[in-house]
Amino acid sequence: MSTTLVRPIAATGARADRRLGQVALYALLAVLSLVSMFPFVWTFLSSGKEVSELYQIPPSLWPANPRFVENYREVWTRVPFGQWLWNTFLVTVLSLVGSVLSASVVAYSFARFRYPGRDLFFMVTLGTLMLPVEVTLIPQYLLFKQLGWLDTFLPLIVPFWLGGGAFNIFLMRQFFMSIPYDLDEAARIDGASSWRVFWQILLPLCKPAVATMATLGFISHWNSFLAPLIFINSESKYLVAVGLRYFSSGVTQGQAAARPQDHLLMGAALMVALPCLVLFFLAQRYFVQGIVMSGIKG
Amino acid sequence: MSSFRRREAVEGYLYLLPWIVGFAAFVAGPILASLYLSFNKYNVILAPEFVGAKNYVDALTRDDLFIPSIVRTFYYVVLVVPVGLALSLWAAMLLNRRLLFTTLWRTFFFLPTLTPIVAAAVLWKWMLNPDVGLVNYLLAQVGVKGPGWLSSTDWAVPSLALIGLWVTVGGSRMIIFLAGLQDVPTELLEAAEIDGAGRWARFTSVTLPLVTPTVFFNLVLGIIFSLRTFEVAFIATQGGPARATWFISLHIYQNAFVSFDMGYASALAWLFFLILFAFTFLQFRMSRRWVYYAGERAR
Repeated sequence: MSTTLVRPIAATGARADRRLGQVALYALLAVLSLVSMFPFVWTFLSSGKEVSELYQIPPSLWPANPRFVENYREVWTRVPFGQWLWNTFLVTVLSLVGSVLSASVVAYSFARFRYPGRDLFFMVTLGTLMLPVEVTLIPQYLLFKQLGWLDTFLPLIVPFWLGGGAFNIFLMRQFFMSIPYDLDEAARIDGASSWRVFWQILLPLCKPAVATMATLGFISHWNSFLAPLIFINSESKYLVAVGLRYFSSGVTQGQAAARPQDHLLMGAALMVALPCLVLFFLAQRYFVQGIVMSGIKG
Repeated sequence: MSSFRRREAVEGYLYLLPWIVGFAAFVAGPILASLYLSFNKYNVILAPEFVGAKNYVDALTRDDLFIPSIVRTFYYVVLVVPVGLALSLWAAMLLNRRLLFTTLWRTFFFLPTLTPIVAAAVLWKWMLNPDVGLVNYLLAQVGVKGPGWLSSTDWAVPSLALIGLWVTVGGSRMIIFLAGLQDVPTELLEAAEIDGAGRWARFTSVTLPLVTPTVFFNLVLGIIFSLRTFEVAFIATQGGPARATWFISLHIYQNAFVSFDMGYASALAWLFFLILFAFTFLQFRMSRRWVYYAGERAR
């Protein structure tokens, strides 16, 4: 707005054009947002319905007979939901810290150092994303059984401190490689160790990338399903994503017909999604908080 | 090797160490085990029985579903990845502007990622219902007779691609692009504008080259993740109608956990892995021509 004030030369026609452009822009944003949020909103409205109302065609928008309080209370009393949330929080935070630190260090190695086998190691890292998990699951189960780690949180935490996951490593490598090497060299000439270059120069410059990695990492750990399903047995140690199965069990996955607890499932799933939503909302200012890079780039 | 280069190599390995330890301890074993199992008959209960290359030969010569499932999965990738990349980058640029309520818009765009998949599947099935669905209703208003979507063998894969795009366009890919866009200095864009570069020229000659590292990241992982796509097909169509959405991931799942033919499933997984790995390797080779790294060093 201040720009229009300091530019009095702008012709009125151009200004009208601009205003029209702004209106079109916000209209576009509103339409796209509506398309994006509709299923989420519908899920919320459905969580207050009776189960019979859930699958009628065409679906109803507002619950005919709202029972939000009853449904949500039922979710909390039928299963140890609070315990599961706490477990999930614990595992998510512990594994997330490990994977952010570890992936950054490993990515630093891939992006900034030259040594024999580096590119091979990097391709192997990516390769771990390509082999379908279905076929490594059972060997992995046997491995953790050998270690005596079954039914503990260790398999869900420890591996992330050692490598941090191919996705994160690749992501940080890309960002480190977009920072000119002159910066490292200048610091090294001034006597900085490679660790200081990493910790005090590169990592701060990659704040948006680190924030992105941490937020996406939180969401993926928070919702992790397969590993906790296989490695955890005791109900008291369940993570929420696995616990949600309680509300969909008994009937074959994927059936379109109403299942007896689907209204509860939707409410529970929404409560699981809520912390991610809040985190995403709050983490935003860090996504774009770049250090002013002028004169460094290009 | 000069002592300087040797020191660099030692430090490089040192920073790589956590990965090496983690890989050796938790990843390498299960991977090698699955490779071993792929040469065995193994039903999870009885001990593995060595059968040589039989599983591989069967997959390539006797399995009517395997190769078509791979072709079908690649078809899905072609539909979903290029369009998805372009739309995500476009959305990221849209939300990188100074707007009113930017935080709110970004959160709205991101919501599909956080929408419980069961709920999304139910709703999409209704929206794409050929007779009473919203999409065909809207098409009818403009005089177009909509297709059968998920219930048509020709349209089932495009329908899943549509759902896939809805989930992913505003998701992690967009957020990563947003982070990448922070590396584009506004001074450079302003300088280009003063030099008379239009919107499109500023995009192609300033913004795009500087975000190629994130474009490349999203391309490589977009292909990997969409080749592994499972959940939506499993919930919305169960591979049907008439196997029209029987993707490779469903085929492996079926053999591993429904017919408990783990040896055979492992062979399928390894064949799939080889294709995917070769494909990714090729992309890295080609990336040298189009990805611009400001911090790349001479070898």
